[in-house]
Amino acid sequence: MVNLGKPDDAPPANAGGAPPGEVSTQQEPADPSVALLELRGIGKSFGPVHALTNVDLDIPAGQVTALVGDNGAGKTTLIKCIAGIWEPSGGQIRWDGHPVHIRSPKDATALGIATVYQDLALCDNLDIVQNMMLGHEPLKFGIMDEISMERTAKQTLKDLAVTTVRSVRQTVGSLSGGQRQSVAVAKAVMLEARLVIMDEPTAALGVSQTELVLSLITRLASRGHAVVVISHNLNDVFRVADRIAVLYLGQLVAQGPATEFDPQSVVEIMTTGTSSRHNGNQTAASRGTNALEG
Amino acid sequence: MAPADRGDMDTETGGPVALVSDAERMEGAADGAAVTTSAPDLIADSLGEYIRIWFRRVRSGESGVLPVVLGLIVIVIYFQIRSHLFLSAGNLVNLITQAAFIVTFGMAEVFVLLLGEIDLSVGYNAALGAVVTLWILSGAHPPPWWVGVIGGLAFCAAYAGLEGLIITWLRLPSFVVTLAGYLGGFGLLLAFIDMAAPNSGGTIRMTSSVLNAIEGGSMSPAASWIVMIAAVAVAGLFMALRDINRRRHKLAAPPITVTVLKIAAMAVAGVVVVLISNTNRGVGFSVVEGVPWVVLVILGLLVVWTILLNRTRFGRYVYAIGGNAEAARRAGVNLSRIRIAAFMLCGLTAGVSGIIYSSNLSGMSSNFQGGQYVLYAVAAAVIGGVSLFGGRGRMLGAVLGGLVVGVIYNGLQLLGLGAAAQNIWTAGVLLGAVTVDALARRSSATS
Repeated sequence: MVNLGKPDDAPPANAGGAPPGEVSTQQEPADPSVALLELRGIGKSFGPVHALTNVDLDIPAGQVTALVGDNGAGKTTLIKCIAGIWEPSGGQIRWDGHPVHIRSPKDATALGIATVYQDLALCDNLDIVQNMMLGHEPLKFGIMDEISMERTAKQTLKDLAVTTVRSVRQTVGSLSGGQRQSVAVAKAVMLEARLVIMDEPTAALGVSQTELVLSLITRLASRGHAVVVISHNLNDVFRVADRIAVLYLGQLVAQGPATEFDPQSVVEIMTTGTSSRHNGNQTAASRGTNALEG
Repeated sequence: MAPADRGDMDTETGGPVALVSDAERMEGAADGAAVTTSAPDLIADSLGEYIRIWFRRVRSGESGVLPVVLGLIVIVIYFQIRSHLFLSAGNLVNLITQAAFIVTFGMAEVFVLLLGEIDLSVGYNAALGAVVTLWILSGAHPPPWWVGVIGGLAFCAAYAGLEGLIITWLRLPSFVVTLAGYLGGFGLLLAFIDMAAPNSGGTIRMTSSVLNAIEGGSMSPAASWIVMIAAVAVAGLFMALRDINRRRHKLAAPPITVTVLKIAAMAVAGVVVVLISNTNRGVGFSVVEGVPWVVLVILGLLVVWTILLNRTRFGRYVYAIGGNAEAARRAGVNLSRIRIAAFMLCGLTAGVSGIIYSSNLSGMSSNFQGGQYVLYAVAAAVIGGVSLFGGRGRMLGAVLGGLVVGVIYNGLQLLGLGAAAQNIWTAGVLLGAVTVDALARRSSATS
């Protein structure tokens, strides 16, 4: 996580930042020329500690971008910068091609960025409807409109094909892990989120529950949402990801379509920052290698 | 610390255990394993299923109000066996007026307990509010009674609001801040009474006949019937309309039998209260009958606070903060504002309690047992099923819990037993209620 003593890394990494936009135009001709979210030279320091250095990342709509990296590589820091929990120390965030400043979680929500954290942030004592609508309850004469709330929640769950819950009036505390994850995702999507960020969505889930969540992730992307998934589980990553971005010691060392990676190369990049097996991939891994070697 | 990803270590902890139960739940949620803690109202399709779900819920610690009702009945039967006077009209009305201020104390505490906080200062805050009210209404040309009430309640809300402000701003534990509020309140009570009524020996008199009538006066028997019938009719109408509306929108509604039974239970309770109260309880030739006004005050408070907690955003956020404050914060809830408002409502309700208390005594005294009453307040709420850890409980529970405390107080007095027995009994019931709650919760967590 510490990049001390390598300040001269910055210019080349930054210079290497230009291609990503190019890459995305090459790889996704169906998409508009700009990705939904573009990060340019994002840095984040905590005092002398550089948690992130010059991260350039494109997140296109309708695709699942997997963010991988070893512990402390800066994955969580990066999504917290996008989600407005922390403000980046430097760099630019472009949303729909326009530069934006995300200073608080509210700003992020207003843009259409929803984050599903690992802890899911659900109230066990409230039911599914109450959790999904929390903070956005529709009012009728100052009284909450329970009927429209329940219908909205039901419809969202139906759209996402979350059918395993028996009643939307069950308390969330009574749900299984995968169901809780589904509720958290449905809650995020319901707020007209265009970008859904998920932090370790399959951690601590059993096999069948993981299936549930993975299919939910692909469904989100096919509905046109941009999805960012942080995961340690490379099996899951290769199951759902359209694009893979690898963080190493606070730098984005590789990004590109998932087809250009294989599990071994990803592990190698995650642990060393470079990939010997991946020479053919000019757009992704080798650019990262260049950046690291300065 | 910052860049470290949370929870990286426990990727595998879900393990086989989770797998089994998850698969089970996914396949056959119909067995109800997953609905243990959910409200039966909107899940059950029939009366039988309603009862099954309800019973499962009781076992899992989400007991609702029925256990406290059952407890209340058991205690009442015990006292009636020991003393035939217990269920006499005179004693029951006496019981209601005695228990009224404990009931409202319990209701006050609900607001902060739901947040997972506690307010130890409600007792002296209530006394201070009463003194302020009486102070405003003292003198040769007192303003109308409601001016005093507004002044007293505003003071209580401000006092508790200040505590809430300190708790949220400085992030201090509510236990300590309200302990300071408790001690300071006692000091202020002595000072206020001294200023308001110098050389009175530490008492201030209630001069308003309207406020004295809260505890001392009753509605006429006819008015009692009208109020009771109207209250049951309105409540029943709302429940029925809600069900019809839900069915119209193709949403699950409680079985009709359940709704009918609930309305019937309300009607029976209302009829019993009115029948007892309308019996002449005067001694000798004087005729005393009708429902005491304080019943109406508590009923009104119960309805308004229940609507506030269950049907408004504020109430929903109070429960959400008690359940998971971080989730509420991320949902955009202003935690400080809700917390301070909840403390203010706690203070306000305590103020009502103080006025009821002073109405019963026709004044307020510096001998007010503020410390004891706080503990009664917490006991009332907890006996009524309000969790000390926040997020669970209802206003109605506090009312019933307060009645339990009141019944014990009254019954033991009737048996000629003093404060010693009374406190030991209350302790036992409180401990029993908490133990049952904790055991039920634990069994649901391990099952």
